[in-house]
Amino acid sequence: MRRVAVVGVGCTKVGELWDKSLKDLVVESATKALDDAGIDNIDVVYVGNALAQILQNQSNLGSLVADCLGFEGIPAISVEAADASGSLAFHEAYKAVKFGWADKVLVVGVEKMSDSSSEEVSKALMTFEDQDYVAFTGITQAGIHALLLKFYMEKFGVKHEDIAMFAVEAHKKASKNPYAQFRNLIKLEDIFRSPVVADPLRLLEHTTLADGSASLILCPLEEAKKLKLQPIEVLASSTATDRFFLHERADMLTFNSTVKAAEKAFKEAKISRDQIDVVETHDSSTILGVISLEDLGFVEKGKGANFVVEGNITIDGRLPTNTMGGLKGRGHPLGATGVYQLVEVVWQLRGEAGENQVKNVKVGLTHTVGGVGSFASVNILGCLG
Amino acid sequence: MTIASAPRYWREIKYRYRLIGSRCLKCGKIYFPHRHICLVCGHRKLEDYKLSEKGVVEVFTVIRRNYPLGYEKNAPYIVGLIRLEDGVKVLSQIVDCHPEEIKPGMLVELTFRKVKEDGKKGIIEYGYKFKPIFR
Repeated sequence: MRRVAVVGVGCTKVGELWDKSLKDLVVESATKALDDAGIDNIDVVYVGNALAQILQNQSNLGSLVADCLGFEGIPAISVEAADASGSLAFHEAYKAVKFGWADKVLVVGVEKMSDSSSEEVSKALMTFEDQDYVAFTGITQAGIHALLLKFYMEKFGVKHEDIAMFAVEAHKKASKNPYAQFRNLIKLEDIFRSPVVADPLRLLEHTTLADGSASLILCPLEEAKKLKLQPIEVLASSTATDRFFLHERADMLTFNSTVKAAEKAFKEAKISRDQIDVVETHDSSTILGVISLEDLGFVEKGKGANFVVEGNITIDGRLPTNTMGGLKGRGHPLGATGVYQLVEVVWQLRGEAGENQVKNVKVGLTHTVGGVGSFASVNILGCLG
Repeated sequence: MTIASAPRYWREIKYRYRLIGSRCLKCGKIYFPHRHICLVCGHRKLEDYKLSEKGVVEVFTVIRRNYPLGYEKNAPYIVGLIRLEDGVKVLSQIVDCHPEEIKPGMLVELTFRKVKEDGKKGIIEYGYKFKPIFR
């Protein structure tokens, strides 16, 4: 087994990018990552995407991406795990390098959502859940999050305002991220003035249509040392699943996929939770952000919202979280999101995070959820010298 | 837009019209929706099991925006998690009431309704919904 490093990163701005196609987005982020690494050829590309088959009527993304990047003849692998597709692509690429199958691997996450109406996207997003018995009821992703939000408030006696603070924090950091979708600051009043999407979840608590692509290059750590930039080591990468139906889980407010993936990742990296300097977690809605921090083991169940209110997740807090705005602020281009999170942790580790730079970062963690917790991925990156 | 296939709809009729799940022939665990392999004991023989038609609301929401295509006509609508008398949970629309009338723990019963229309040429899908038992 070989030690693996990230040697190049790149991404596009996130937003409704009407003048850019799926292919344009891929080329922009991948060429940035290649230039960042200072290389111009790769052995294999892994592509993470969630909905191109539905929203663009486009499949066979592996070959398409290899072609538009001009890499003729290389193997290309496209993977899908709902909105954790990018993280799964990274995980597979990591194994390819770790076990010696490839030396220079490109990971591309991409999603193009703004070509479709919000009703079409709403229907497409429900392909993450069982079609015959969950989507069939007419529930939306926001609706499922609303059930969790309500259940959480009832079970732990937590105020909605405290949970909604996750979005206020997200916009604060996104306001200083030039790549973010939402760079406006919001207050709690703004959230509670925004329309109810699904009772009691508000519009400003949830992510929306976003286009974007993020890419990175992996290679063996030994090779990475020869390249121009400081290599960032992948200390662990793990994925896990939970029961597919939320209603069949013993505890709906704990995603066992996250719990298991985190346990495996911490064991593989041989580090403890208090060694983590920055976290990029899956706040596709405020409640998922709160649940995720708890499931990752950073805070006790039921105390996640309070943890946020007490200021622990700010840039200079105890556990700087979603430092570039998270899914809510930076934006959530589904299959690209996991790769964005990794790119952002690499920026933090290299000291390139601009106004959102956290001091003295040695280890960072990313966490991505697919569907409503049926899949989760946890990665730990570090520069331990 | 794709039209839903008729066989895909027909296959589920038995389960959706009469609320039929599965019961493990080894450990007795009941499931909804129906499945082939028991999640508890791994046994591969499960039989059809007619679920109780009454239960209580555990938690619910009202879908108010971005209705998936095909559901606009009923909007806004209530979707909730119902715990049936036999302990199985079902996700379902709750009808014949206003959201203000629903409280967690409220009694509801099965009702057969139109669920979804698929444009002018597509199938009209029917199935289970729940309605309050007002006393």
